Amino acid sequence: MFGFCDDPSALPQWQWFACYLTSGTHLAFYWSFGVVMLLLAVVAPLALAMGMLGALALRARLAPVNLIGKGYVNLVRGVPDIVFFLFVPIALGQGIEWVLHQINCPDWDQPIRQGNDFIVCREAKMPPVGASAWARNVYGFSMAVIAFALVFGAFVANTLYGAMRAVPKAQVETAEAYGMTPGQAFRRVVLPQMWVYALPGLSNIWQILIKSTPLLFLLGIQDAVYWARELGGAKTSLYKYPHPDWRVWYFLVLLVFYLFLTWGSERIFGRLTERLSRGQATAEGERQRRRKAAP
Amino acid sequence: MSRTCAESFQGYILRPLGRDYGENLLPRGLDITFCDQLFLIGGGLIWNIYFAGVAIFIGFFLATAVAVAKFSDNPLLWRPATAFVFVFRGSPLFIQFFFFYSLFILLPRVGVEIPLGFTTLTVHSSALTTAQVGGLFVLILNTTAYSAELFYGALRSVPKGDLEAADAYGLSGFAKFRRITWPNMLRLAWPSYTNEAIFLTHSTTLVFLSAFPARQQSGEAFYYARYFVDQTFNPFLAYPLVALYFIVLTLAIIGLFGLVNQRLNRHLSPAARPRLRFRPQYIR
Repeated sequence: MFGFCDDPSALPQWQWFACYLTSGTHLAFYWSFGVVMLLLAVVAPLALAMGMLGALALRARLAPVNLIGKGYVNLVRGVPDIVFFLFVPIALGQGIEWVLHQINCPDWDQPIRQGNDFIVCREAKMPPVGASAWARNVYGFSMAVIAFALVFGAFVANTLYGAMRAVPKAQVETAEAYGMTPGQAFRRVVLPQMWVYALPGLSNIWQILIKSTPLLFLLGIQDAVYWARELGGAKTSLYKYPHPDWRVWYFLVLLVFYLFLTWGSERIFGRLTERLSRGQATAEGERQRRRKAAP
Repeated sequence: MSRTCAESFQGYILRPLGRDYGENLLPRGLDITFCDQLFLIGGGLIWNIYFAGVAIFIGFFLATAVAVAKFSDNPLLWRPATAFVFVFRGSPLFIQFFFFYSLFILLPRVGVEIPLGFTTLTVHSSALTTAQVGGLFVLILNTTAYSAELFYGALRSVPKGDLEAADAYGLSGFAKFRRITWPNMLRLAWPSYTNEAIFLTHSTTLVFLSAFPARQQSGEAFYYARYFVDQTFNPFLAYPLVALYFIVLTLAIIGLFGLVNQRLNRHLSPAARPRLRFRPQYIR
């Protein structure tokens, strides 16, 4: 990074740190915080969409759809989610390879599961044989995203379902009395108003989502935890920047990063609640109305 | 050459306690039978119950203290209590494990002697680098923070009438807290505290995930499930098994805490008693 970094062993302390903290691996470490934010940014809308589908399934009058919704939500919520985070990517990966195997290699005569091996033909490998490291990373990341979206989708589904039922029933009945179909009443009355009821639950789920992102590390993704372990471990004089075990400092940085993230989002959700309460038939909405009316 | 189910049971049900309590090595590769997975994962639950049980028990009293401190008017009390709750609720448990583990291994290796009157207990600081002591320590702090927040919320909603009645009866100080405030706080917090106990039990699966080492391959249920999946490359058996065990464990907690809930609310009419609701499943 800096010109004077060629021989760090001869540098005074502050220059040594300047070089150390801008080394290539450290830049990767800083970038990994971006990976965490990227995961949050991708998972949040997906989980919301998943949750919307789940909530609609829970509301459905059609028995099989309703059953699927109930099964999905209760299964995910009843089992420790770490099990899902590890189960979904590997099960999904094997599932994709199995399907590709059936399509690409119909005349393969050996069983796929041989003892403890899972063997598919060359064309069915995912990511494909010879794929670039970048493509492999994207594949691994997408698997993680799917696992997160599945688990958090179930939480969101439950919250949204509750929120839909919290919209005053009289309003829906009024809408129907005006001649709206149930679908129209849902879109025009329930959907715009449900968010204020869903927000406390969604805020809670968002905090939990933030706090579960370090588990990316378990899925073999080079996230902040991975780099903290790599960079913090004691380095002998064989390395360019030898230092004792500094992991505790790296994890302290991570700890502070997550504290900021949860603290900041708590404040944003507070603002959002205030905004969404405007004109609502709730205590907060009433308070805002009265404040406005007061001279 | 394959083991029978009875042999698996004998060899592995207590193996999570260490090498002295079963087979020397874990089953490997093609040698793994269904019963091996059933009993080794089941045996691992000993540690989940140990971690959850001890952490909830100690954390309960600490959380009461922290909640009272947070509720106090004295800034010397409520400021540190609020900061403690913020730090441990605002950061992931997974990172807390890493942080404290890397802190503990830096501690100087000394023995601390604790006189107990009749005998002296020597505690070695290196014990903190084991999951059984250090991991438990982190879990206790974590559950203390989460429970303290619940208890604090409950303290704020203790009915005013009850406190006034206590004053009218001449109760004050600790007697008032012990007989009026505390039972009320527990009663109000109990449904959410049950969920906290469930979350904590599920979080015990994080103890052995890469920070604290599993010495002699003695770990908790999920550690063995991961071991089997690594060995057999088949996630469709070990993970559902461990999930099933945890559902049973969860139901046991709900049953146990439900009994306490009944006792805490015994003065209310049955219809007015708050019901425990199973709303689980959040990672820290």
